[in-house]
Amino acid sequence: MELVTPSIGLVFWTALAFICLLILLRKLAWKPILGAIHEREQSIDEALNKAELAKQEMTRLTAQNQDLMQQARAERDEILKEAKTLKDGILNEAKKQAQLEGAKLIEKAKIEIENQKKVALAEVKGQVSTLSLEIAERVLRNQLDDKAKQEALVANLLKDVELN
Amino acid sequence: MDCNQVFVMKVKKVMFVFTLLIAFLSFRNDAFAQVDSAIASPDSVLAESAHAVSGEPGATAHGEEKFEPTKVIMEHIADSHVWHLWGHTSIPLPVILYTSGGLEIFSSANFHNGEHDYQGKYNKYRLVTGLKQSMTKDMFNKNIKVVGADGQLDETASDTVIDFSITKNVAAMFIAIALIVIVFSAVAAGYRKRVGKAPKGLQSFLEPVIIFVRDDIAKPNIGHKYAKFMPYLLTIFFFILFNNLLGLVPIFPGSANVTGNIALTFVMATATMLVVNLNGNKYYWKHILTPDVPWWLYPIMIPVELIGIVSKPFALMVRLFANITAGHIIVLSLISLIFIFKTLAIAPVSVAFVLFMDVLELLVAFLQAFIFTLLSALFIGMAVEEHH
Repeated sequence: MELVTPSIGLVFWTALAFICLLILLRKLAWKPILGAIHEREQSIDEALNKAELAKQEMTRLTAQNQDLMQQARAERDEILKEAKTLKDGILNEAKKQAQLEGAKLIEKAKIEIENQKKVALAEVKGQVSTLSLEIAERVLRNQLDDKAKQEALVANLLKDVELN
Repeated sequence: MDCNQVFVMKVKKVMFVFTLLIAFLSFRNDAFAQVDSAIASPDSVLAESAHAVSGEPGATAHGEEKFEPTKVIMEHIADSHVWHLWGHTSIPLPVILYTSGGLEIFSSANFHNGEHDYQGKYNKYRLVTGLKQSMTKDMFNKNIKVVGADGQLDETASDTVIDFSITKNVAAMFIAIALIVIVFSAVAAGYRKRVGKAPKGLQSFLEPVIIFVRDDIAKPNIGHKYAKFMPYLLTIFFFILFNNLLGLVPIFPGSANVTGNIALTFVMATATMLVVNLNGNKYYWKHILTPDVPWWLYPIMIPVELIGIVSKPFALMVRLFANITAGHIIVLSLISLIFIFKTLAIAPVSVAFVLFMDVLELLVAFLQAFIFTLLSALFIGMAVEEHH
């Protein structure tokens, strides 16, 4: 029976000591310890959340970068294409213009040539007539001197004329 | 999915612990019953011899003493007014008596191990130890009796004396408390000094335990109101744990059977009962006073529920007391084998078994602290639970 009979002194001291311990530890230990653990957990949670957010932001930014890059590339291609068509257009235009101009020039040249030819022909005709007149004059003069010589002269002169 | 896994893990863990506990309890009860019968049977024999002793006091105190394992074990299990260290060396502890005349404070060394009476201010006192005392039928387990003018024990005068002595258990408990306060103020200082940093040293050793109490005992059983009860749960957990562990140390600061004393477990269980019932909400009281049964069952149900208020902490009290006491008894019985057989040959066997038991007791020390705290949390949780 001794074993299972609580002695009043021990009950008293245990109760007193236990209450003191409870109050003491509550103030001295549990409040700061639990508070610190809680705070640390909170801060760790927060840090993890922030890291997660940063990661998301990072992926978002990367995606955005990729997008921008793609866009820029597309734009560049567009510009290049445009430039090329523009160049081709200009080139074609220039070619056409040149051809047109060339054709005009040729036309002009032809007309000029024709004109020159006409002028030349007219001049030649004039000269021929002048020469013919001179020849006729000389022949007439020589004939007046010697008949035979006059005839030879005429023949010579005619030869020269043909060469010219 | 993740949550489910965790839940399954927890259930497995709890099941494991409970299987262990049940295995233990069955093993323990067996062992305890055996020891109990072993204790009980020599009791009658000793009662007879005690008669003889009272005829010629002090006859057995000297000379070749027959080894009585029951006496040795019971002396260890029970409380004492001196703290026995080794051989004939022991620390006398203060005796504090509340008498009708007033307080009496003196050293227990004055009794000379019960061989002398001490004349106090108001009365003459005699230390009645061990089994001699168990013959006297008094409620409060008094070891110190008043001696009348005729040299005989004066029982009526003894009844008025209340013993508030600092006994071995009280002293051991104070040591444990001092240790707890030192350890946890050091840990708290660590938290104050290194705010928001990772724990270090003692702090990192105890933090998982504190978090275990919070996350595996308080939160699942009490729910979102757990924070209010954390100081209480942590205090009982570490108070029981430290006392259990100190009880396993065979030399000075330990060796007392503090948590194996019914007075201490009585106080702890009463504390749990008070915490539970003082925090019980209207649903809790409604469940007790107007249970969900047909009205004509009330005469049965209400008393049953009222008994339940007491029986829950009663179970707590007995569980802790019986487990720790049984452990101490088994260890001491195994050691006693050496002296019973009076041969050193049995020593290796004894030591091997004691080693095994000590390791087991180490587990029990944690387990009982855990169970006590867990059940306290469970009862608190039942009392503060909100019904929808």
